[in-house]
Amino acid sequence: MSPRKAISLVSAALALAFAAPSAIAADTPNPMADAKAFQKFFTTKFPKLKLEDFVNGPYSMNEDLYKQWQEKEQFPPYEFALEAGKEMFATPFKNGKTYGDCFPNQGIGIRQNYPYFDDKEGKVITLELALNRCREANGEPPFSYVKDEMASLTAYMAFTSRGKPFDIKIPDDPRALQAYQKGKEYFYTRRGQLNFSCATCHVQEPGERIRAEVLAPALGIMNALPIYRSEWSGMGTTSRRLVTCNSQTRAVPINPQDEEYRDLEYYLSYMSNGLPISGPGARP
Amino acid sequence: MKTITRNLLSTAVLLLAGSTSALAASEADFKAAYAAAEAANKEAAGLRNQWTTTAATLAAAKKSADSGDFDQAVAQSREAEALAKASVFQATSEKERWKDLEIR
Amino acid sequence: MASTIRVRATSNGDITEVQALIQHPMDSGFVKDAQGAVIPAHFIRELTFEYDGKAVFTADWGPAVSKDPYVKFSFKGGKKGDDLKIGWVDNKGTSDATTAKIQ
Repeated sequence: MSPRKAISLVSAALALAFAAPSAIAADTPNPMADAKAFQKFFTTKFPKLKLEDFVNGPYSMNEDLYKQWQEKEQFPPYEFALEAGKEMFATPFKNGKTYGDCFPNQGIGIRQNYPYFDDKEGKVITLELALNRCREANGEPPFSYVKDEMASLTAYMAFTSRGKPFDIKIPDDPRALQAYQKGKEYFYTRRGQLNFSCATCHVQEPGERIRAEVLAPALGIMNALPIYRSEWSGMGTTSRRLVTCNSQTRAVPINPQDEEYRDLEYYLSYMSNGLPISGPGARP
Repeated sequence: MKTITRNLLSTAVLLLAGSTSALAASEADFKAAYAAAEAANKEAAGLRNQWTTTAATLAAAKKSADSGDFDQAVAQSREAEALAKASVFQATSEKERWKDLEIR
Repeated sequence: MASTIRVRATSNGDITEVQALIQHPMDSGFVKDAQGAVIPAHFIRELTFEYDGKAVFTADWGPAVSKDPYVKFSFKGGKKGDDLKIGWVDNKGTSDATTAKIQ
């Protein structure tokens, strides 16, 4: 056989080999099967943990950290933000309406339903997005997604849902399935100069260390947000965490509440369906 | 005789062309290298996959140029272009490669 | 303005355990802001816990203590229902104080 022919045969074989995975992905997304596989992956990896333990992130991965955290929870660092959030939530806007007017059940005990897919707009609505829309609908300027006020508000709303299991719904709507699928792809896609995907740390290496930090498993990773992070010496929202995770891999973050981040939150929250809300949380 | 001179001349030209890196870079060289890096980074932006280090290296290149060190500026621009191109490659290849990490 | 001091003191009859979380920026004076200007030092200098007119715990703090400091200690004595006084003064002369009942 001539070398040229041999090369083209080899390339054809290689092309086929690499083409095979895409054939699998051409199926319609199956969130229920994904979530089952996702949860099974982590419970198999950490057989000593109960399902609800996963919401404690690194604390369920390391005994010493767990002890310190239990002590800290007696007097949690997020207390100030939580109280501020409670006060803010009860304070009416200039037009007399309150946050409660924007949400079902006056906004109490509903955090576990976010994000949801809005079929009128055809997009994923997160709690943070909903809060700012509430403000804008009532003539108030929106808050920054990454800090203080937004963190306090979501801390309070999470607190009213503590213990309630995540109940994310994916309607039988191709747009919702697409948003879910995009979120899933984002999660596994490598980015940044460090070439990490979310999965690289939170699926492959939970419980292991990255520099001095113990990595949290992806299962339950949304449940404790917003968090008081010692590293930040303050509170941070889901948006803040996503943005900083990006920059930590040396990827330029996109804007908070951009479509990719909302879809990612949708995917990750759905993967943790059934696990209790534990927010607001404290992390190293 | 003419052929030899022509050969000598072309060799000389080739040698010169090959050795421009040994000669000091000019502002024009920097501008071209920087533009190429920026273009690649813009492509990465279109794919929503820029790297922070690309931006940092571009900034460093500009700083070197501002202080007149065009050799450094060109080198940094080339590095920035390489980083930007790598980020484009990453975005493109990850469109399929993400499945490698997927929990099934 | 709400108190900056959250405190919980519990007595088992013999020993009283005290936990406190204090809201304070505790700026060391070494950190620069986004514009490059130094954020001036602003930290608690002295923290005192008093029981029965006597100081049971005193802390002399400086710039090394982080934001929103948390303190936990125990002292001999202290009865349920008694008062525990807590006060702090910072380098700017600002102060805050509160009284908590031992549980």
